[in-house]
Amino acid sequence: MSKTQYAYAVARIRALEVSLFSASTIEQLIACKDDETAIRFLQERGWGSADVPADADAILTREREKIWETIGEMHVDMDVFDVLSYTSWFHNLKAAVKEVCTGKSGANIFYEGTPIPKGELVRIIKEKDYKALPENMQAAAEEAVDALLHSGDGQLCDVIIDRATMEAIKEAGRAAEDEIICDYAESTVAVANIKIAVRASKTAKTLEFMKRAMAPCDTLNIDSLAHAALAGMDSIIEYLNGNGYAEGAQALKESPSAFERWCDNRIIQTIKPQKSNPFSVGPLVAYVIARENEIKTVRIILTCKQNGLSDDSIRERVREMYV
Amino acid sequence: MAAMLEMIGGNGWALLGAALAVILAGCGSAYGVGVAGQAACGVVTEDPGKFAQVLILQLLPGTQGIYGLLIAFVALSRYGLLGGGGMELTVAQGLMVLAACLPIGIVGLISARHQGKTAVAAIGIVAKKPDQFGKAMLFPAMVETYAILALLISILALPTI
Repeated sequence: MSKTQYAYAVARIRALEVSLFSASTIEQLIACKDDETAIRFLQERGWGSADVPADADAILTREREKIWETIGEMHVDMDVFDVLSYTSWFHNLKAAVKEVCTGKSGANIFYEGTPIPKGELVRIIKEKDYKALPENMQAAAEEAVDALLHSGDGQLCDVIIDRATMEAIKEAGRAAEDEIICDYAESTVAVANIKIAVRASKTAKTLEFMKRAMAPCDTLNIDSLAHAALAGMDSIIEYLNGNGYAEGAQALKESPSAFERWCDNRIIQTIKPQKSNPFSVGPLVAYVIARENEIKTVRIILTCKQNGLSDDSIRERVREMYV
Repeated sequence: MAAMLEMIGGNGWALLGAALAVILAGCGSAYGVGVAGQAACGVVTEDPGKFAQVLILQLLPGTQGIYGLLIAFVALSRYGLLGGGGMELTVAQGLMVLAACLPIGIVGLISARHQGKTAVAAIGIVAKKPDQFGKAMLFPAMVETYAILALLISILALPTI
């Protein structure tokens, strides 16, 4: 698809970006005295719809649906957006493997709207019909089922599928013609590797475990990162400082929630150059990520409000906005 | 070569020049207005209130087509090729008319395409900041400079016979 073919879609996205929440809107939301007031604030700004009840989950679910309705109306190649959905597709694979291997039904933990519906996914795993899965899922599905059946280790199953997710994202980035997909894939995989290193260091995991969990990426050497994690948190901070992730290192020093916030902010910073790109699919991908980030931030604020956290505690968790 | 030039004749070369001015500049404008129109539709889908602003930006790359038409019209009417009863041009005169028509044809084609793309970017500005319309319009308008220069040269170069 020629880049200028996106002229309609990009211009429409520019008009839609006006209604994205800015940092000041988020501040207004934080200032609401409780979650009910916050929900009213969201409704006044067009969140949810007339037939959606004044309930946080219902409103946020409707907002996610709106993202894909809008993108669908633009008649662009939807395959470009697959990389953004890999985490939900692989999450469903994980849920299906666990449901089949443990016999416990997890009906509510499946994402809706994935290319393979829940029932079909469970059938594939049950009948070991792995060829019916997308190519990038086949090996991981087989390995995860074997691992869970033989060892009963749910964490190992998670590690296998999570690594396959990251590898699929990175591969999609390599194959993509659009720079934004490539940058998004690299940032996502790098951030995931850093998260693994931090968590593995805290829980004293072995070097083998970390190497099995981490997926190769261009900006980090996973071998060095795993060794740094083995040596402790200070070594991770030192490694990140020397490899272009100084902000991540700073956030790690600050607090766990600051680190989690940085992980999401890193993705937003990756997509920010798309604000000045008039052509290509980049602004569309950036809009989807920005909307997902916005919804995630609103969810965090509403959850904090429901649990009575102070405004300062909420601010510490709030993600950077795209606009 | 000389035989071919003679075969087409002076009037033939002049007509070819007029046709190229219209075709090349017109194609450029059609592309520019088309791509800017797509962007304008995108904005109006979400905000119909910006119709007038984006319409102006969409029309900017349309001027090259008009310049091409103007040059073709001047050439055809100056040598009486419009409506019959025209003079018989020599091959040399016909080639001079062709050469005079080329600046607006070629520059019109290229500048209209670039102006169209710049207009798309300007429509993006208006979509987000409608109060910046004046500034947004200046960017595609700058491309117009070169189309006007080519128009000027084409008019001046059309030989007086």
